[in-house]
Amino acid sequence: MAMMQRVKLQSLTVPLLSLLIAFLFGSILIALQGSDPLLAYQVLFTKAFGSIEGIATTLAKATPLILSGLAVAICLRAGLFNIGAQGQLISGALASAWAGYSFVGLPFLIHIPLALLFGAFFGSLVALVAGLLKAYRGVHEVITTIMLNSIVIALADYLASTPFKEPDQPITRTPKIEESARIPDIFGLPFGFFIAIAISVAFWWLMRRTTTGFRIETIGRNRSAGWYAGISVKRVIISSMLLGGATAGIAGAVETLSITGRFEPAFNAGLGFDGITVALLARANPLGVIPAAILIGGMRGAASTMQFRAGVAPEIVDLLLALILFFVTAPILLRLLKRKEEGISLSSGWSN
Amino acid sequence: MTNLLDVEGLSKRFGTVQANQEISLSVKPGEIVALLGENGAGKSTLVKAVIGLVKPDSGTIRVKGQELPYGDTAGAIARGIGMVHQHFQLVPVMSVTENLVLGDEPTRFGFIQMQKARRETTELSKKYGLAIDGDAIIEDLPVGMAQRVEILKALRRDVSLLILDEPTAVLTPQETDELLEVLRNLAKKGVGILFITHKLREVMAIADRVVVLRNGKLVGTTTPKESSESQLAQMMVGREVVLHVEKGPGHPTGAALEVRELEVLDDRKLEAVKGLSLQVKAGEILGIAGVEGNGQRELVEAICGMRNRRRGTVLVAGKEVPNLKPHEVHAAGVAHIPEDRERHGLVASYSISDNLVLNQFDQEPYAKGWIRDLDAVARNGEELVKRYDIRTTSASAPASSLSGGNKQKTVVARELSQDLPVVVAAQPTRGVDVGSIEFIHKQLISARDRGAAVLLVSAELDEILSLSDRVAVLYGGKIVATFDSKNANRDEIGRLMAGSQGSRS
Ligand SMILES: Nc1ncnc2c1ncn2[C@@H]1O[C@H](COP(=O)(O)OP(=O)(O)OP(=O)(O)O)[C@@H](O)[C@H]1O
Ligand SMILES: [Mg+2]
Repeated sequence: MAMMQRVKLQSLTVPLLSLLIAFLFGSILIALQGSDPLLAYQVLFTKAFGSIEGIATTLAKATPLILSGLAVAICLRAGLFNIGAQGQLISGALASAWAGYSFVGLPFLIHIPLALLFGAFFGSLVALVAGLLKAYRGVHEVITTIMLNSIVIALADYLASTPFKEPDQPITRTPKIEESARIPDIFGLPFGFFIAIAISVAFWWLMRRTTTGFRIETIGRNRSAGWYAGISVKRVIISSMLLGGATAGIAGAVETLSITGRFEPAFNAGLGFDGITVALLARANPLGVIPAAILIGGMRGAASTMQFRAGVAPEIVDLLLALILFFVTAPILLRLLKRKEEGISLSSGWSN
Repeated sequence: MTNLLDVEGLSKRFGTVQANQEISLSVKPGEIVALLGENGAGKSTLVKAVIGLVKPDSGTIRVKGQELPYGDTAGAIARGIGMVHQHFQLVPVMSVTENLVLGDEPTRFGFIQMQKARRETTELSKKYGLAIDGDAIIEDLPVGMAQRVEILKALRRDVSLLILDEPTAVLTPQETDELLEVLRNLAKKGVGILFITHKLREVMAIADRVVVLRNGKLVGTTTPKESSESQLAQMMVGREVVLHVEKGPGHPTGAALEVRELEVLDDRKLEAVKGLSLQVKAGEILGIAGVEGNGQRELVEAICGMRNRRRGTVLVAGKEVPNLKPHEVHAAGVAHIPEDRERHGLVASYSISDNLVLNQFDQEPYAKGWIRDLDAVARNGEELVKRYDIRTTSASAPASSLSGGNKQKTVVARELSQDLPVVVAAQPTRGVDVGSIEFIHKQLISARDRGAAVLLVSAELDEILSLSDRVAVLYGGKIVATFDSKNANRDEIGRLMAGSQGSRS
């Protein structure tokens, strides 16, 4: 029991410690800019969490991050590093936008799920390419997902500028989605937030209680032992990539259907990449993704106010997030090194 | 003359486990000290504290009279301590040469000089008489070879104190003898050696002094001259240990496992098993004797679905088991204690309970359809921990917290608790203390007595001779002779293992 508690405690201290160090470093950088770091942070957090409207904005910003964070986290659990959440998310955003404006006259109870499904399907389609290449050709998923990001972004630009373009408009973007596809707000909060929470809980349950989750987890921890125990490595690779891609696709769809209302290439920038930070900060825990996304969503949402009120360039938030990412992965490196001392080699080829 | 190593009053606690308690010990130049103790007695913890991988709670460590700070690995290495770890510390995807020079590569202008490194490997291997192919990739090597690389890596730096944590656990008797010779020569040159093993024979053969730990405490120091193997065993375990196997006569019935005309290729695509046939009856133990590398590994893997059969059939209870995956062979009724428990047997970060259902996690009662029954998994874990005497604080502790022998007991518990008709045991007591060896042997015999067919593969000829009802000698991928163990003659088997012709019986 003591062991379990220690493990739990550790999985909390590392993220909290890396947040603390990141903010410390950030304050030095803000001070170097000639601004007051305390004021900047105060503005940042009061804006993000200090009022009902602020919290609503934060949760709206957090919604796609929860989902893209899950997309990365689920793959991490299988031992795969899905850098491609961005591409999968854009694919899902475009597909859901198309479904949102192309089908006319559907009731919203059908239209919204349909558009979400489009997002999930096209998000997973992109991830499937990487999954198949990894499973059958051994091509490293980091390489393929990065390349797929470029391919999907270019393809989406083309589609939004030619075949799916809103007619008679100079801007590269799709038409607006039908009202019946719009995800409504309830109690002043975007309904998408609740979808994201539900999917997090579903993933947590999947990993903890189902044989599918156990398969994914086992392959992630010791591929040889998993194979020996009768778990198909190929199937786990493909299915976790599909799940990750679908979740990233839903992230893009929710963002489109509740916030942007159409697909425009400039939207969605960085949502998938922030998902990587969210997943690592949450240490790939599906429930941990929620607070991690809320924190990062809040910082993103309040960045411009911080510039306005404390005179700090909003890019400082990018910097803070990069620092968080750095410090949260540094302990992972440290832990891996320590594990090596204890006699477990790093590569998945030999043991875990 | 100052001692190479002085440890005084060293204590270390992990959670509720007192792994080391007030331990004092010293090693003089040129002295070979054997460290003995049950699995989990705290041997690895002690030597890890010396080299700085474990931070002690209290106590002092002095090297050549100089005190060493806690956790100062670099300092320990700089003062000439070398260590061969219980578990491999090699990078599996890199070559032997790359692994040997890793961390201290010969460079020029910042570039690694691979030619020089390769030459160094050859020289090193010649100097110590440990033959190795410098270009082989570690993950393709059998465990015995990988262990050589570990030892060479430690010897590569000029060490004055060499610590070896169960270096012979994965070696064949021949390789062990060679290693012992290497250690003797090093000791003659003044190198101090601290040597952990479970094999009392080795202790008697080379130790100048024997230090015994039990439950984290030092319980005695002696010399091979003043004691015997059974006395040492008793000191370790705290009770009398039966070193020889006590078993009644077997009651073999029909053939439960049959292998016909089996042909298998090894990793280099060379024929390793060449048209081998054998038969194990229900209720008997067939031991395969042979020098490692004569096809044992390939034979076991081909039976258990880990390797493709090129030709030949395997039958379990008269029914053909086609070329299947490991779990499908398992489902056909074959329990398998794999040779490499770290790689195939266990997921280190999983709980002991999860590991105990690793190959049946999706079957009743551990899963109902798609949903796992975590209570059933935990109950099974607790029961097996008790029944198989796995020393741990809790069945929910991660397998990585277990000592080597207890990891092995976990695998044995999983495989034997399912009462399958065939048991294939590959090196089942590797790295296991005398008390646990006794225990695992009893389990294998009771599997036989309930009617299982047991195929036993072991590098320890003594183990084969004492456990088996029949002994088959494997040489060059073929069975060259089979004996009833009553008529088995150690010398003749030894000759056959070495490839000379003998009479068949
Ligand atoms: N990192 C750890 N965390 C928790 N407990 C540990 C850890 N390392 C060792 N232990 C515990 O400390 C005790 C001593 O372990 P150690 O590895 O030193 O035993 P050992 O004598 O080397 O055994 P073996 O012969 O099986 O290798 C055991 O009970 C083990 O479970
Ligand atoms: Mg040990």
